[in-house]
Amino acid sequence: MSIGDYIRNSQIWKSIFRHPAPRDRRNRVVVMLTNVFLHLHPVSVRKSGIELSFTWCMGGITFFLFLVETVTGVLLMFYYRPTLEHAYNDILSLRDVTTLGILRELHRWGAHAMVITIWLHMYRVFLTGSYKPPREFNWGVGVILLVLTLLLSFTGYLLPWDQLAIWAITVGSNMARATPFLGNEGPGAKALVIGGVELIHSGSDARFLLLGARFVGEATLLRFYVLHCVALPLAAALLIAVHFWRIRKDGGISGAL
Amino acid sequence: MDHSHGVPGAVQVGIGLLYLVATLMNIGFALYQNQVTKDKLQGMIWNFVAAVFGIHAVAYLAQSGWPIFPWLEQFINWIMGPTVYFVLACLAFGKFIIFRKHFTTPHVAWAWLMFALWFSGQAMTNPNFKEIITKPDNVPIVLLVFSVGFLTWLAMRKAVINDERIARGEPPMEKLGEDKVLVWPDLVYTELIAMIICTVILIVWAIVLKAPLEQPASSAKIPNPSKAPWYFLGLQEMLVYYDPWMAGVVLPTFIVKGLIALPYIDFNLKGNGYYTFKERAFAVTTFLFGFIVLWCVLIVLGTFLRGPNWNFFGPFELWDPHKNVPLNNINLSDYFWLMGFGEAIEGKHWLIREAPGLMVVFVYLVVLPPIIAKTVMRTFFIRMGFVRFMLLVTLIQFMACLPIKMVLRWVFNLKYIVFIPEYFFNI
Ligand code: HEM
Repeated sequence: MSIGDYIRNSQIWKSIFRHPAPRDRRNRVVVMLTNVFLHLHPVSVRKSGIELSFTWCMGGITFFLFLVETVTGVLLMFYYRPTLEHAYNDILSLRDVTTLGILRELHRWGAHAMVITIWLHMYRVFLTGSYKPPREFNWGVGVILLVLTLLLSFTGYLLPWDQLAIWAITVGSNMARATPFLGNEGPGAKALVIGGVELIHSGSDARFLLLGARFVGEATLLRFYVLHCVALPLAAALLIAVHFWRIRKDGGISGAL
Repeated sequence: MDHSHGVPGAVQVGIGLLYLVATLMNIGFALYQNQVTKDKLQGMIWNFVAAVFGIHAVAYLAQSGWPIFPWLEQFINWIMGPTVYFVLACLAFGKFIIFRKHFTTPHVAWAWLMFALWFSGQAMTNPNFKEIITKPDNVPIVLLVFSVGFLTWLAMRKAVINDERIARGEPPMEKLGEDKVLVWPDLVYTELIAMIICTVILIVWAIVLKAPLEQPASSAKIPNPSKAPWYFLGLQEMLVYYDPWMAGVVLPTFIVKGLIALPYIDFNLKGNGYYTFKERAFAVTTFLFGFIVLWCVLIVLGTFLRGPNWNFFGPFELWDPHKNVPLNNINLSDYFWLMGFGEAIEGKHWLIREAPGLMVVFVYLVVLPPIIAKTVMRTFFIRMGFVRFMLLVTLIQFMACLPIKMVLRWVFNLKYIVFIPEYFFNI
């Protein structure tokens, strides 16, 4: 008996995987059914659906990058404090002091890559017409995921607290000030006056809600940090679960009928 | 000693490596043409191209590469402007759609790719071009450009092949892979390999390029230009033509709403689950125009060609913060009252002053859709029903309002169609 077989027939192995190695047809089916992670997949799929030139693998890579971002993000949280006093210096020491100092790079380039792969995934889904019935709803879930991904990237952009960060966020968040009715420089906001009191001013408008202040400052840093590390990832994870569930329920990856 | 004609040594090595890769790619492609398609002429051509790239590679690796031809550099800088850039992009897009069969033939597409690689190498010899392209945060855009280019080619190629098959009464290629395979091993191994490749790429990328970190944040020193993250630069570019409430709020919301609504508007049940162009020509063309021309092309414009004060700079031009671009844009109300009637606009109530512009907007948004329903898109209207049709037309109108405003700006120097600063209501 080879050492591999010895391991695979041991009590420990069997207790974890609940079946012998997936070498024959039966166990290749069983492995998909008994493993919680593999269970995301069906047991068998249409051959054309998993061809690389059909899906470009972009949905899968987007998911992989989401996982990479989660892991590297958690590690980064060990080193980073979202305050004016520490933020910039923590990033500096991530570069200069921390061993294996490519954490920040992995996280940043992974994020850029994820923005690209999610676009390409959407592009592929469009070009194969895979948003057509019965997958309309899952396309919608995807669009929300796209928005969440962009927001994740955008909120993360502020955290290094350097010139690049605050001015990019300033440019971006200045738009909120122009929201119709809800921004203090938006059309219609001036009309929202009750008894001579302006409802919408620079201390109460959409931009203030986003920044927690009239300009990008410490309150903004905290807000973006919480959104970036907690709220948005949770929302995205939830929707990814729905997305994958629906792929299965809608009949798997689309194909010519 | 300066053997390099002014191109720094490290840059030469980089360009040399790029050309070396191109050489190998062409040798491979020539081999493919000789062995697989048995097209000897093509084989010869690409071996020749490989030789040309090889000479380039040797020259640059030996530190004696030449800078890009000055006349080409100057010509491109001189001819480039937002107008030329965008119009060229539209023309290229139109040509690609119409002549898709030609452009997706492997050797034609290959020729374009090789031209792009050759030109990229040449362009990198220019210090201004190099500086902007190699900013670590801009590298993803290069990735985006090449991957969108490649995947558009791939999708269109498959669509062309499927369309020909369908015309012959055969099913699309995807139909041939109907039989089921087990996920273990067929899919899980693909996934494993994809994960490994992605991990390797990401780690190499992270080692080679440091994440940028500039000076600590300071609310006193405003950088010029101040740019949003690259994936929003298409939106920032819209600020040239529209005020923030349109460019930053209304239009992005319409993009999201439009995307979500898309499956409910597209009533065409054909082309579900396979690549095709002919069966969904309208949908594909519209989406491609939106994604490629209005999104990707504008991101490239906003990142690489917009410098200080958001002025336009040619790809080889120095970003001079003192570049002076005369702005003499005129509002529609000026055109109407001042030039049309010779009346001063001062003192007029805004409602009267802006009546012509408001009229134009009203006609565009309210009067036009029914006319379209009765004329050019009559068949659509009949097949889609009222609600769907109105949704479709409104979404397309909002998508079109960017190119429309661009043309108005370029041709008539038009600033605002409606200009009511009293209420921040400028269109
Ligand atoms: C975090 C973001 C996302 C993840 C992780 C994700 C993941 C996936 C994966 C793994 C698949 C299986 C097929 C494939 O890989 O192509 C898939 C399918 C699909 N995705 Fe996504 N996706 C995301 C975002 C989106 C977006 C932005 C859209 C569209 C706007 C979208 C729409 C769809 C649809 C309609 C399908 C079914 C396609 C088919 O059956 O052929 N997804 N997604």
